[in-house]
Amino acid sequence: MVNKFVKRLYTTLIFLFLYAPIIILIVFSFNSSKSRGTWDSFTFKWYIELFKNQEIMKSLYYTIIIAVLSAAISTAIGTFAAIGIYNMNYFGKKVVLNLNYLPVLNPDIVTAISLMTLFRFMNLELGFLSMLLSHITFCIPYVILSVLPKLKQMNKHLAEAAMDLGATPFYALRKVIIPEIMPGIITGALMAFTLSIDDFVISFFNTGSGVTNLSITVYSMARRGIKPEINALSSLMFITVLVLLLIINNRTSKDIERRGEA
Amino acid sequence: MKKSVKILLMILVGILISVSLSACGKSGDKKTLNVYNWGDYIDPSVIKDFEKEYNIKVNYSTFDTNEDMYVKVKSGGTSYDVLFPSDYIIEKMIREDMLLKLDMNNIPNYKYIDDKFKNLEFDPNNEYSVPYMWGTVGIIYNKNMVKEKVDSWDILWDEKYKGQILMLNSQRDSIAVALLKLGYSMNTRDLNELQEAKELLVKQKPLVYAYVGDEVKDMMIGEEAAMAVVWSGDAVFMKEQNENLEYAIPKEGTNLWFDNIVVPNTSKNKEEAELFINYLCRPEVGLKNTEYIGYSTPNVETFKLLPEELQKDKSAYPEDKDLVKTEIFKDPGDFVKEYSRIWTEVLVEE
Repeated sequence: MVNKFVKRLYTTLIFLFLYAPIIILIVFSFNSSKSRGTWDSFTFKWYIELFKNQEIMKSLYYTIIIAVLSAAISTAIGTFAAIGIYNMNYFGKKVVLNLNYLPVLNPDIVTAISLMTLFRFMNLELGFLSMLLSHITFCIPYVILSVLPKLKQMNKHLAEAAMDLGATPFYALRKVIIPEIMPGIITGALMAFTLSIDDFVISFFNTGSGVTNLSITVYSMARRGIKPEINALSSLMFITVLVLLLIINNRTSKDIERRGEA
Repeated sequence: MKKSVKILLMILVGILISVSLSACGKSGDKKTLNVYNWGDYIDPSVIKDFEKEYNIKVNYSTFDTNEDMYVKVKSGGTSYDVLFPSDYIIEKMIREDMLLKLDMNNIPNYKYIDDKFKNLEFDPNNEYSVPYMWGTVGIIYNKNMVKEKVDSWDILWDEKYKGQILMLNSQRDSIAVALLKLGYSMNTRDLNELQEAKELLVKQKPLVYAYVGDEVKDMMIGEEAAMAVVWSGDAVFMKEQNENLEYAIPKEGTNLWFDNIVVPNTSKNKEEAELFINYLCRPEVGLKNTEYIGYSTPNVETFKLLPEELQKDKSAYPEDKDLVKTEIFKDPGDFVKEYSRIWTEVLVEE
């Protein structure tokens, strides 16, 4: 009994520890005073201000566009790369996988500066395109790393069997391999999406005039103080992610139920 | 599964189309002006009004420190037309030939700038920059916790206020405070003077509650500390939020700082840039920005439009006699590493 109580208490404390900052943030997004230290009174004004604030809305727009595009493109490239790597011989696999680890382990700042130098060398004007390209670049290794284990789990002979039964290689890829590794692809895409939304260093060095994402905008507010609108925006983003997560969870549990019935 | 993939593809195509469309929209006949400013350092309506009046599109982006901005512009690949750097970094950029000379004939409103803010050391003939905002560094204190008169940096070393003093976590500003207290120039290049400043800061360390950045505002408003070193513009904001707070410029002198408007040599639209600078110097536009930002304006006509209580606010607009002993930061060049070293040594000292 006591044991159970301690267990529960421990879990609660852990979750409190993890979520306290977010709860405080949400609570303070309704604070009518500009200060982050003291509670004044309840208000929706920051949410209204948020949608009126062109600068924040514009960076939100760029953040989402870049995140969606870089997640989609890097997932496509990364998935095919993973399938290719999986089918390499032992030595080639080792070499390519280690090369793939390098960008993951590299500090962001190195990636950022080297990408910037590359773009400069290619005479590419820094802006939307350079930022998108750099996000795709740093997302690909993560996608490969999340797809590869799924390929290893898959029965090697499935694709061969499909082709034996008359499927063309492309048909087998589409109907057999990709569905089998779908969970890995989705994980990779989600990871790429969140990494892209999160990123500051690489974006900062590889963006040009007029194109900023949220992390740059928020960071550049530091001298004059982070605006309470950012609290409102963060709360909204948190709620959106939470709802998305609930929907996905709900779907998968229904899926499992359905399979159980069949 | 198939369905969801289809939907995903459709969303993607939609986004691609909308992106390419919006990109097309941009490349019309309209001229664009790339403005790079500090975060939250302009009234957003000013940009909109300017776009409407001159039919020029403003591409606005923001930075957090002079150094970040400098690196971005220096490394190239950008085409900013208007920047808002501070004094010492302007000096450095002029020296490195990164700025274009302004044609003051295109900026007639320059005449509204107070003469005392013209031809300053970092831009001796005012060929490259036009003042945007200015201010001082001083001590903000809580009248309920500090009963005595605050008029000297010495109070930051008073044992009475142990654990109630906030210092800036900024190497040049904090070392400057120590140097000024010692009676030296805050632009010193003398290692012995720096060493003395370091010893002073180490001595002060047990009294300091924290070395802070922007959060100083919340801490002072929330009455967590008795006094703090702050920039005058922030002091005005804090005083509005908590009437127990008062700001003082120490008699030993202090730092006078400027953020000026410049045109970097990456600019492809110098004329439009000058148009924009001239627009910002209009008295009523300056008023909008001054009221939005809360810092002090160098524009004489704007000043006259300010509410009377702000005009009389000694924190924002100190009397000339209080400004006699002020100094402007100079670019230390390679000597900056000595400042960095001293500051690191102060911070790691137990």
